[in-house]
Amino acid sequence: SLEVSHPINEYRQKETKMEPEASSFPPTFSVSEIKNKQRRHLMFMKLKQEKRKQKMQLKKKKKKEREALGDKAPPKEVPKTIENQRVYDETTVDPEDEEVAFDEGTDEFSAYFNGLTNPQVLITTSDRPRGRTMRFCRQLATVIPNAHVYYRKGLALKRIIPQCVARNFTYLMVVNEDRQVPNGLVLCHLPDGPTAHFKVSNVRLRKEIKRRGKDPTEHSPEVILNNFSTRLGHSIGRLFAALFPQDPQFVGRQVATFHNQRDFIFFRFHRYIFKNEKKVGIQELGPRFTLKLRSLQKGTFDSKFGEYEWVLKRHEMDACRRKFQL
Amino acid sequence: MGEHSRLCSVWLGSETGILKGVSLSHRQAFNFCSVNQLSRDQEVRVLAWSDPTQSELLLGLVDGSVRTFSLEKGVFTESRSLGDPVEGCFSGLEPLPGGGLLTCTESGTVRVWAETGTEPVTELSAGTSVCRMRRSPVDAQRVAAGGKENGLKIFDLQNPERPVFTAKNLRDDWLDLRRPHWVRDLAFLPDSQKVVTCTGYHQVHVFDPATPQRRPVLEAEFGDLPLTALSLVPDGSAVVVGNTQGQMAILDLRKGRVRGALKGLSGGVRGLQCHASRPLVASCGLDRFLRVHGLEDRTLQHKVYLKSRLNCLLLSSKDLLGGGGASGEGAELEEVKDEEDDVWDALEQVEEQPSKRKTTEEEMQTERKKKKKKGGGV
Repeated sequence: SLEVSHPINEYRQKETKMEPEASSFPPTFSVSEIKNKQRRHLMFMKLKQEKRKQKMQLKKKKKKEREALGDKAPPKEVPKTIENQRVYDETTVDPEDEEVAFDEGTDEFSAYFNGLTNPQVLITTSDRPRGRTMRFCRQLATVIPNAHVYYRKGLALKRIIPQCVARNFTYLMVVNEDRQVPNGLVLCHLPDGPTAHFKVSNVRLRKEIKRRGKDPTEHSPEVILNNFSTRLGHSIGRLFAALFPQDPQFVGRQVATFHNQRDFIFFRFHRYIFKNEKKVGIQELGPRFTLKLRSLQKGTFDSKFGEYEWVLKRHEMDACRRKFQL
Repeated sequence: MGEHSRLCSVWLGSETGILKGVSLSHRQAFNFCSVNQLSRDQEVRVLAWSDPTQSELLLGLVDGSVRTFSLEKGVFTESRSLGDPVEGCFSGLEPLPGGGLLTCTESGTVRVWAETGTEPVTELSAGTSVCRMRRSPVDAQRVAAGGKENGLKIFDLQNPERPVFTAKNLRDDWLDLRRPHWVRDLAFLPDSQKVVTCTGYHQVHVFDPATPQRRPVLEAEFGDLPLTALSLVPDGSAVVVGNTQGQMAILDLRKGRVRGALKGLSGGVRGLQCHASRPLVASCGLDRFLRVHGLEDRTLQHKVYLKSRLNCLLLSSKDLLGGGGASGEGAELEEVKDEEDDVWDALEQVEEQPSKRKTTEEEMQTERKKKKKKGGGV
């Protein structure tokens, strides 16, 4: 029988000649040159298996070497993550810096941090809210003490603000809705404080949280603020901290966490219990959502004529993957 | 203290009351504070040179006092109380050639003060609200002021009762509604009587008092947000404006078009100034950074983090990069540097820890260049 030179025959010959260690694929081999889909798929699978096998062999070899060296083995390499590779931000706050400490000590939140005011929060929405947004607002009101939900009757925010100030509210929270789902949050600190505008995503109401605990009680929660390191991060952290009443002798085992990672702020609400000194059990209660800061405006809400302290400019700021603002 | 203040080429006033001096050639920033305890009452609102030799700075503070800072000694030499915080902050502070001072508050009162004394020599009212007051560089007796719903008015200090020129509001718009008017910043064009203003309704107007036309001679628009700061390019053909979100642009005054935008700021612009001889513009604002852009290529050249919000800035006319010296010396230095550069290029680059700031700036610049190339390709 004639042996026709055919790619599949060549492949089979190569397979029989294959040695256990050497690769059966020449370096110039490319899967995309095979026109037949089934054969291409087969070759791709083979290529992948080959690569995986080589990787495992390399790993085993390294492990053996490490065990052989014992104590003298070089330390394990830490994998690179985006957080590891974060570009150093020059606005990172140094805890001993006096100027920044003075700036923070005398900013718009100084009344709260000096214990002179108690937070009173007014939660409202954009006009004609439906469904999830209303439930979200009501659940937020259970999580934040001293919070009241009011229906927005199509009133202008600039007119609501003087009335809130007159009634001693310290915060105005406006949840923006799009297609029955909350997608934005405007947080305005009241006497003359900064206004932050966030994008809200991944909202999970209480019903949708698996293995959750019972509803939150009236106790004031503790607040955990993670990873707000830059000057802007500090301002936003203080904005969140001033939502909750300050009480060092706190009662109740509820905690609200604002965790900042890669400029996204994750909000979680838990109840904890210490089983012994080292073990804690936590149950997630309450709503969970993610925030991303879009702008921080100095002064109360005035998007047209107010001065912005920080605005997210995507094309300038999101160009580098390893550079974060908060 | 004195040696630090002699190095600095850019001076900024901050909201915490600290006067900051920055030396771009040495990449250093210095804080100068008059009192041991900082306080928000000392917030610096306006900065001005006290004489053309630029040896002393005048600072206008929120509590109504004016302090003098000497650059040679590096300390605050004098403090005068020239205003009442009830009337609002200073919106203009200028020295007069005879030795007096000219101040203006936000409530509209312009006062002329003698070198010493607690009572003003002349007082005039420039309207109900004045956001900016400036004195003409050509004629020492002409003063321009403008504010919210208070159009541009030019006064002669010798006849303070009536303004020499009052600007008329723009024509009613296509719905026959009165156009609102809010002058945020103004500047006198060099070698002429014309005045450029920028408004809170994102317009830039040029007025010419020499013509009988009281409406603006040129009208240009930029963006949709209020323009807060304005600075003239030294030859008077263009103007740099900044708005509340940190967008800055160069507008051409001959045609009224936007020549290009300056990028990089993330917060509202509070102070802008173009350098007198070099094509550079310095900007400061609420995002706590001082940025220096080149005017011709519109790239960011320097960025300095200064920890408080900045209100106003002043550039000294000495060279920003490198100390003073004859141009000949400068050329020789450049030649020497070229030879050295060849030598350095031949060597391998060694990574250094302390140059993190430089690397971030370089990274930003190289990334910007890459982006420009990509944009060109697409």
